[in-house]
Amino acid sequence: MSEPLLSVEDLRVGFTTEGGRLQAVDGVSFGVAPGEVLAIVGESGSGKSVTAQTILGLTRSPNATIEGSVRLRGTELVDAGEAELRQVRGAQIGMVFQDPMTSLNPVYRVGGQIVEAIRAHGSDTSKEAARERAIELLDSVGIVDAERRVDDYPHEFSGGMRQRAMIAMALALEPEVLIADEPTTALDVTIQAQILRLLEGLNRERNLATILITHDLGVVAEVADRVLVMYAGRVVEEGALDEIFYDPQHPYTWGLLGSLSRIDRPRPHRLPQISGAPPSLISLPEGCAFRTRCPHEFAKCSQQPPLEAKLADGAGHADRCWLDLERKREKRQVGGRIGLEAPS
Amino acid sequence: MASGDPLIEVTDLVKHFPIKSGLLIDREVDQVRAVDGISFNVASGQTLGLVGESGSGKSTACRAMLQLLKPTSGSVRFEGQEISGLSRREMRPLRRQMQMIFQDPYASLNPRKRVGQIVGSPLQLQGIASGAELRKQVQELLERVGLSSEHYDRYPHEFSGGQRQRIGIARAIALKPKLVVADEPVSALDVSIQAQIVNLLDDLQDELGLTYVFVAHDIGVVRHVSDRIAVMHDGKIVEEGNADQVCERPADPYTKKLLAAVPIPDPRESRARRQATLRSA
Repeated sequence: MSEPLLSVEDLRVGFTTEGGRLQAVDGVSFGVAPGEVLAIVGESGSGKSVTAQTILGLTRSPNATIEGSVRLRGTELVDAGEAELRQVRGAQIGMVFQDPMTSLNPVYRVGGQIVEAIRAHGSDTSKEAARERAIELLDSVGIVDAERRVDDYPHEFSGGMRQRAMIAMALALEPEVLIADEPTTALDVTIQAQILRLLEGLNRERNLATILITHDLGVVAEVADRVLVMYAGRVVEEGALDEIFYDPQHPYTWGLLGSLSRIDRPRPHRLPQISGAPPSLISLPEGCAFRTRCPHEFAKCSQQPPLEAKLADGAGHADRCWLDLERKREKRQVGGRIGLEAPS
Repeated sequence: MASGDPLIEVTDLVKHFPIKSGLLIDREVDQVRAVDGISFNVASGQTLGLVGESGSGKSTACRAMLQLLKPTSGSVRFEGQEISGLSRREMRPLRRQMQMIFQDPYASLNPRKRVGQIVGSPLQLQGIASGAELRKQVQELLERVGLSSEHYDRYPHEFSGGQRQRIGIARAIALKPKLVVADEPVSALDVSIQAQIVNLLDDLQDELGLTYVFVAHDIGVVRHVSDRIAVMHDGKIVEEGNADQVCERPADPYTKKLLAAVPIPDPRESRARRQATLRSA
């Protein structure tokens, strides 16, 4: 694997809110190399979206504290000026959001919005050339009859077409990094499958470094190379795709894998569930944030476990759990599968 | 009624919405055939899963079935009684028998009302309980859905998405209905919470003998909860059958396409499936 293009080092993002101070992202580190798809998995409040937005400087505000480092080809972005960041956004890092309905401007033509993105960064591109480029881009993301559809308004596009248009816009300036935040969550499954294939193809053709943020482990299994599992602002486990699915080390990962209803397996009588709810970031439990929901909690869990690689063969496979390897292998087996034993 | 008899029978149900045009005089120029002649039965105590993509007509079908939307034509029988075409007044005594759970637990609870009032209002409106008795019944309901009786005086904003969905469920079962229609009840919830709500609905079905119509776009969840599954596409039911059979041996081409698109959370199987698709292409 080549050197990371984008590297995040001990990123910490805190917000002062009416209810108190909270640490939305607490010491997150990772790198993404060209051609690699890194999936960040987590539930609401896990810090996955805040991490992505902070890379692009979108979380800066008077009540936010941002520490740590985000480097793109060695250039530090955390303390970069607004003007410098504007050059990075779009041109070097493209972003696709969840809801294509609200991220396109309804009163401008789809093509016009792509033209605007191109010309905002390279004012020497003529309008005609930018329009040609917009048609090419729409065609490359699979919009049929792009020459005519370029003049449509967003409401004339279906949900899947709008997401394709958003991807075209994110790629307009040929960025090296693509951040996709729940890009298929608002779409129907048949459309989701098409968009995932599109993202995968683009990743390969353009050698993009892709960060895919999702809550859906099915989506992860289809496209990711590496996976970061986040819980309450921290990375609780990271590893290669197969390591996370077939040799998961953190009880939260076991719970996520175990609670899925799968159409390719006989259904269990009851779905294995993770008890309780994610903790409030304002009053996190001392130590491991998952311990209040974990059936395997023991005395040591009141201290924060470090994110460490413990397996002999996988240096890139790390987790935050105090259980030893043997105990994990035994405890994660529930009814012959990986899962989290229901608390009594 | 004996378990196994149909609780609800829907025959040739149609709901068309007119498309109108013209400035002064609205002329009907066309129709959206949202529900275009569907038929199904749900046996007492069983669950029918209704799956389909957005725009397939599954939510409209439920609303027309419950007479929340006036059907264009067709018949809906509840315990043998024809309810299609009944007036609001005539429907009122039947309403307590059929309740609904909605998708968005943030939008379906009145933010200005306390939890006790939200869950208690059906009991109050139907004149079943009031005063101390009402409070007691509501507190029992809250405990039954996994909340605490102390939550009675709280407001919806103090609860998480999963807890709010529990409040919506408590309200739906307050009148001991026979039929509960759940429209995407878990799709707005986090993965770790979805299983809790699905298990809760399962338990309530066993305890209270409920009959469910479970609407969702997630075929994995639908298969888990359903005895039978009906697949909707463009306002029609393209396939209906035993839940395992529909998922394991789909007959209709659209059902096959839908199942093939469901991502499988298993990298090895997902790779094998992609290679198989490449070979067949």
